[in-house]
Amino acid sequence: MDFSISEDQSMLQDSVARFIQDEYDFDSRQEAAATDTGFSADRWREFAELGWTAVPFSEEDGGLDGGAVELMLLMEQFGRGLVVEPYLPCIVLAGGVLKRLATEDQKATWLADIIGGEKLAALAYAEPQARYDLNDVAVTASADGDGYVLNGHKTVVLNGGSADTLVVSARTSGERQDAEGISLFVVDASSAGIKRKAYPTVDARQAAEIHFEQVRVGADQLLGAAGEGLATLKAVIDDATIAVCAEAVGIMQVLNYKTLEYSKQRVQFGVPIASFQALQHRMVEMFMIYEQTRSLLLHAVMTEEADAGADAALHALKIQIGTEGRKLGEEAVQLHGGMGVTWELDVAHYFKRLTMIDTLFGNADHHIEQYPLAV
Amino acid sequence: MDLSFTPEEIAFRDEVRAFFADEYPADIREKVNRGIRLDKDDHVRWQKILAQHGYMGVNWPVEYGGTGWSPVQKYLFSIEMANANAPDVVPFGVNMVGPVIYSYGNEAQKQRFLPDILESNVWWCQGYSEPGAGSDLASLKTMAVRDGDHYVINGTKTWTTLGQHAEWIFLLARTNTDVARRQEGISFILADMSTPGITVRPIITIEGGHEVNEVHFEDARVPVENLVGEEGRGWTYGKVLLQHERTNIAGVARSKYRLARLKELASSSQHGAKPLMEQATFRGKLVATEVALKALEYTDLRTLAAVATGKAPGPESSILKIKGTEMQQRLDTLYMEAAGYYALPYVPDQFTLDAADDDVVVDSSEPTTALRYFNYRKASIYGGSNEIQKNIIAKHVLGL
Repeated sequence: MDFSISEDQSMLQDSVARFIQDEYDFDSRQEAAATDTGFSADRWREFAELGWTAVPFSEEDGGLDGGAVELMLLMEQFGRGLVVEPYLPCIVLAGGVLKRLATEDQKATWLADIIGGEKLAALAYAEPQARYDLNDVAVTASADGDGYVLNGHKTVVLNGGSADTLVVSARTSGERQDAEGISLFVVDASSAGIKRKAYPTVDARQAAEIHFEQVRVGADQLLGAAGEGLATLKAVIDDATIAVCAEAVGIMQVLNYKTLEYSKQRVQFGVPIASFQALQHRMVEMFMIYEQTRSLLLHAVMTEEADAGADAALHALKIQIGTEGRKLGEEAVQLHGGMGVTWELDVAHYFKRLTMIDTLFGNADHHIEQYPLAV
Repeated sequence: MDLSFTPEEIAFRDEVRAFFADEYPADIREKVNRGIRLDKDDHVRWQKILAQHGYMGVNWPVEYGGTGWSPVQKYLFSIEMANANAPDVVPFGVNMVGPVIYSYGNEAQKQRFLPDILESNVWWCQGYSEPGAGSDLASLKTMAVRDGDHYVINGTKTWTTLGQHAEWIFLLARTNTDVARRQEGISFILADMSTPGITVRPIITIEGGHEVNEVHFEDARVPVENLVGEEGRGWTYGKVLLQHERTNIAGVARSKYRLARLKELASSSQHGAKPLMEQATFRGKLVATEVALKALEYTDLRTLAAVATGKAPGPESSILKIKGTEMQQRLDTLYMEAAGYYALPYVPDQFTLDAADDDVVVDSSEPTTALRYFNYRKASIYGGSNEIQKNIIAKHVLGL
């Protein structure tokens, strides 16, 4: 039983933490979020130069061989900085499929530039009718000569507007909700027949509606075996779930810290509001939520690393973020009073991101339903 | 980061598991499984078995006959103990007064009291709270006035758990009223319960049981040699004791066992056409409880890991009492809900073997569900109420 991190992991954590602390100030984050793409391309290049875009990939692929622990350390700091650059959609989601399924040739064509930071990618898996069911795939990939033709609508594709490369789930056989028959493809986002409508999200990211109309892809764009994509999709979404939960824990830590500081300097009735017991106990609740959520994050990461039935641990973590995490965010805003609901104050933006994380990859209700309650 | 235990730790766990399988008396097990209250002899007999195997002084240093176990070993022991559904050790001797005596007592006191505590030859009870001093313990009024070689003690202690069985009491009493801070005049004194002037009166609690008592002192003369440490330092000793006594405060092992049993119960009891376990609302509560328990368990383990590497328990340890008792109460609530109509029947002597045969008492792992629910509302009140715990965290952890 060891909760400590290795020296290498500690170095990674320090380097990201320093960058966030020294370079990633809230004002320039807001500026980047307000641009057309919703992030800073210069920042992304820096992330690549610092090696962060290579973290979760194998050394053979040109990566740094990072596992769940490294991803957690990185994302926790990204949460603290409220980083808007598309690490999750590009590296964890699209990169996560490519690293698992792509052949050497496919990796050379599609993955190398993503790891290097030269190209951006997105994973188009969600569909309007599917809600959180990964097996619910209506987009079709019909065999056509030695390739396929894609048709259908992918929804709320994170970073879908800026992506150069799209990884797409599509049905090559079976009924809409069948587990079998789902295939994964990699396509150039500028291919003929792809229509993208990008828009900002309420948490200062970007997403897109993507319509595929008779989009022709070659057989060499099929990732893995035809019809067997669901397991990979699920594994990638699991990684992404850990990633956003780690991000949420980073956010929660900042919200707690900022709330404590604010309560000590905000004077009402002639005293700092931190002296009121009604508020003290609420801040204690926030502290307890943070510590308990952090425990569940460590539990999920360690279980994932040990490959020991990670399902329950992951569901538990996501449930906690969606219920207790949201409560913590609401309390942070409440304790900041009117300031907490202004655009000007960073707390409001931390709160929005934390709250929106619940909606990603299955909200708390979804995970409660999925939770393997074993006797 | 690594979840696994070392081979030595696993060997230790196996050894402890075998002990509980072989040595835990069947008749006591039967009582515990059916929710029958144990009598004094049951407790003493069981604790003597633990002592024979060297399992009594779990937190004690080796030099005083303790186990010298690592935090992980203590954790594994608690898990095995809970899984065997074996009763907890009555804490007042071995976990409370014992550490104060070996930390602050003189040599004569150590030799006189410690072996009998480890051997369960003497039953101790605690004299802290008073009718007018609960959360504000420092306002206690019990006086110990020096008269020659004796203290003359007057006052009332209350909520004295299992004091009806006790041969000795450790108490906080005021030896000096002329002090700058009221905490400074308090001393830590040991008293023989058979001392003339000490009387015990039962307090019947909400579920009808006799667990706690009032202890009255009327000119009770206690030898000065029963003062522990220095006069006027009792408050500090009491506080230090509380800070050291972190092991098992979260009650994780016991709650894990109870949740597992609750799931079995919910799987076997029908709700309409399907098991209660599959009824959406109840199932949702079970999931939420399991998530909260995992959070508590890993917060507890993080604390253990920190202690094992020689660090002081981190701030996360201060939440264990609050979250641990909330979890106990949450489970009590769910057991009561799972029992349905069978939560209703009240059998005054339900805690005895005879009454448990009555057909209004459900034959399950928790035959006394509603009574337990009502009784355990105490958990968030005793040991420093959960509100007091929050005050402590606010002040000492958050710096408010």
